[in-house]
Amino acid sequence: MPLDNYNNLGSLVEPERVHKACYADEKIFEKELENIFYKSWIYIGHESQVPNPGDYWTTWVGRERMIICRDEEGNIHVLYNRCPHRGTLICNNLHGNVPKAFRCPYHAWQFNMDGSLRNVPMKQGYEGIVDLTDPQLQMKRAERQETYRGFVFASLSSDGPSLDEWLGKGARAAFDDICNRSPEGECEIVMNCFRIIQHSNWKIFLENQLDAVHPSITHHSTGDAAAQEQKIYKQKTGEEPPMGYQFLADFTLPYEKWDSLDTIGHPYGHTVLAGYMGLRPKDPITVSHEEALTKAYGVERMDAILSTNVHHVLVYPCLSVQPPLQQLRAVRPLAANKTLTEIWHFRLKGAPEGIYERSLAYYYHVNSPSTMVNADDLNNFRACQDGLSLEGGGDWVSFHRNYGQDPVENGITTSVTGMSEQPMRNMFSSWKEYMSV
Amino acid sequence: MSNRTGPVTSADTQREVEQLLYHQAEVLDERRWEEWLDLFTEDGVYWMPASADQKTGEGQPNIFYEDHYLMDMRIRRVEHPYAHSQAAGHRTSHVVSNVMIKSENHASHELVVTSRFHMVEYRLDDLRHFGGKYTHTLIKSDDAYKIKLQRVDLANVEGPFDFVMQVWL
Repeated sequence: MPLDNYNNLGSLVEPERVHKACYADEKIFEKELENIFYKSWIYIGHESQVPNPGDYWTTWVGRERMIICRDEEGNIHVLYNRCPHRGTLICNNLHGNVPKAFRCPYHAWQFNMDGSLRNVPMKQGYEGIVDLTDPQLQMKRAERQETYRGFVFASLSSDGPSLDEWLGKGARAAFDDICNRSPEGECEIVMNCFRIIQHSNWKIFLENQLDAVHPSITHHSTGDAAAQEQKIYKQKTGEEPPMGYQFLADFTLPYEKWDSLDTIGHPYGHTVLAGYMGLRPKDPITVSHEEALTKAYGVERMDAILSTNVHHVLVYPCLSVQPPLQQLRAVRPLAANKTLTEIWHFRLKGAPEGIYERSLAYYYHVNSPSTMVNADDLNNFRACQDGLSLEGGGDWVSFHRNYGQDPVENGITTSVTGMSEQPMRNMFSSWKEYMSV
Repeated sequence: MSNRTGPVTSADTQREVEQLLYHQAEVLDERRWEEWLDLFTEDGVYWMPASADQKTGEGQPNIFYEDHYLMDMRIRRVEHPYAHSQAAGHRTSHVVSNVMIKSENHASHELVVTSRFHMVEYRLDDLRHFGGKYTHTLIKSDDAYKIKLQRVDLANVEGPFDFVMQVWL
């Protein structure tokens, strides 16, 4: 859909509504890559994904193909997945291990794990022409690379705020809340990546993560089915059903419950969904977790950690983190109408196995390729993209709900109700800043 | 007639097992859910591992790992009037072949059977397809074989998947 004027993108974002072109226009998508994905900090992976020297995983920053790997000294590197010789993609699988060096399958150029050229066959062909230490002959590293509590980020821009400054208090909470729940203060990735493609714009997914109106509608069938099965299970076995059933039944909590949650919009677009979850259940697994944390941190700190009530942190533009259940989804935009999600979960080091089982149950019921929950979400995303791609029938997306009612203080917006469309407005206001419009 | 690569089983058993697998494919394609459930033992499990080298489904990620209760839940969801992503319709067609009885335990009446499947799924004006290997552990119950464990190894187990799988493959 061609716009009249690509130099006036600011006119596409009004305070309570956004033009459909922001989701459907390929030229705008290219500008988003340029101004957001290639400028800000993008999550690459977790240190524990590459535990051994020579380990590597491949992923995306925008459309750039990247590698995260570990060298023999234990250092982690983020490289562009490209041979400086003829441009060949060096790592052609999702993950693996190389004994000492990367070796290009085309002409056997070898690179150390930090990207430096290690060896070239028949070196004499280059003597007197170009030095093999010349930067143009090394695998290029990401312009900047920083890690927060084991979570590795890269920026393809040499300038900009530090990771710490960019994450800010709001987004750092995502990683703190995961790691603090471990008696050792560390989490460890479970080596499984579920990958799902959405036939829709990346922003549609982000908006959905903080959309508190849709669950009881979109997930009506799943919530009902789970609630019914809970009764059947109890009837037949006389026991309480597995906790996973409740994760699903919760999707049909009434509007009032969702309304009581808070959404908080932070600078740079990071948005948090928080809420009062009530007392911690006093089951044996929770008690055992409390004991492990008390032993490590003392009772006051344990209480503060477990009272942290952050359901969801959206680390703009590309990460959805659910700390209480150790879930993480990385969002990789591939086109205006196509997005890849890489879905992970973590173990908490030193926590009781029962806590991991909860994380695994959520990973299965909500995040696996057989999820009954995301089946209906993915349908909505695709349907939105289809509607937004139409030429006629309307030009705008409405974000009117509770507009003008959300308090702002020191650059942080909180929602007046859990169902306010404040998160969407906050993300687009950051979008405008990133896009310099 | 005997399998060249497996134990010597009777032609009758071979045929019985094949018919069971074809019947399973038919009830799946025709969405005859009660009959689907009935093919499994009470403690029967449908398991699609998340990786080809998994030895067990316990305590680790899986694509599907469902007992009777979870299978029943899935049926309730897929037939729910507000299962929105089912509204546009969803039709499948399976072919099951290469049925080989890998082991037969005459004492416990347990059989391990491998087969290959290929299926198409029609949804939203589009066809997508899946294929892979089934490994069934069958156990004789009264006069019929029932499924104690069905393991499904997808050819494209690593994905990426566009959309998800709403019912078993």
